[in-house]
Amino acid sequence: MSPGILGKKIGMTQVFRADGQAVPVTLLKAGPCLVVQRKTPTIDGYDAVQLGLVEFVKPARINKPATGHLKKAGVEGAKFLREFSLRPGDDDFKPGDKVLVDQFKPKDKVDVIGVSKGRGFAGLVKRHHFRGGAASHGSMFHRAPGSIGASSFPSRVLPGMRMAGHMGNARVTVRNLEVIEVDAEDNVLVVKGAVPGPNGGYVVVRRAKR
Amino acid sequence: MSHPLLTKFIQKNRRAEVPEFRPGDTVRVHVKIREGDKERLQAFEGTVIARKNTGMGESITVRKVSFGQGVERIFPLHARVIDHIDVVRTGRVRRAKLYYLRDLKGKAARLRERE
Repeated sequence: MSPGILGKKIGMTQVFRADGQAVPVTLLKAGPCLVVQRKTPTIDGYDAVQLGLVEFVKPARINKPATGHLKKAGVEGAKFLREFSLRPGDDDFKPGDKVLVDQFKPKDKVDVIGVSKGRGFAGLVKRHHFRGGAASHGSMFHRAPGSIGASSFPSRVLPGMRMAGHMGNARVTVRNLEVIEVDAEDNVLVVKGAVPGPNGGYVVVRRAKR
Repeated sequence: MSHPLLTKFIQKNRRAEVPEFRPGDTVRVHVKIREGDKERLQAFEGTVIARKNTGMGESITVRKVSFGQGVERIFPLHARVIDHIDVVRTGRVRRAKLYYLRDLKGKAARLRERE
């Protein structure tokens, strides 16, 4: 059993369960992945496996150190590499081993990690779901933050105050998504619900931790 | 536009046979109804007044007048609860959404057959 797999988000749609319920699903192109490196406690100090997502990559797009690193494992055409820590009960992996979607089956729970869509410098209403003020009826308070604290005491803004700023483009984990379908032929993994990032964005699919 | 694998997935999951019909046509939608452990079909016949969305989320709005009361049902086209759809008659209309039919009744709400 592999601890996870790497993939790309394809897009969302919906399916109907046997009882008629409509389920929102995200399609992921998961794998094929190759084991690039096996990290061991004796050499690296921890137990992990490094996977590489096999796809078409121009050789010039991979720098020389990375090319050498891939060559050692006999892997070609992988630029998205991620590590998975190994837990007791996981298979042992050798560099060059294949990891495919058929490792997963429907009803499994997975965590999906991706980089969320960047929203740039976002205001409070978008970033922290503040309610904002009335748009009309003479209201002069629209999307401004309002009070951010008291006056002479404490004479400063408390740390963690929610304010406008950069939103998105951050690593986001969505936990415990149900696997709805596995298509081993096309390497497609269908999970229930939404997944961070744009279509075509890289994602890490990991067996649910809890 | 959409990813070929997404298109393939939708092709595989959508209803195999959706008859060709347009807004203005009269259809009979056969819905599976479960009573206890028995399953039977119930038909809902009316005019298609809207056809919305694409892919798995495609839906139709069917309107009929029942005992003088207008009734509309929205059916997701690819839902499992729909057994099949029959086209009863065609109707010639000049727009895609026939919401104006809600304000008409009797003779005024008739639609001419399409050639």
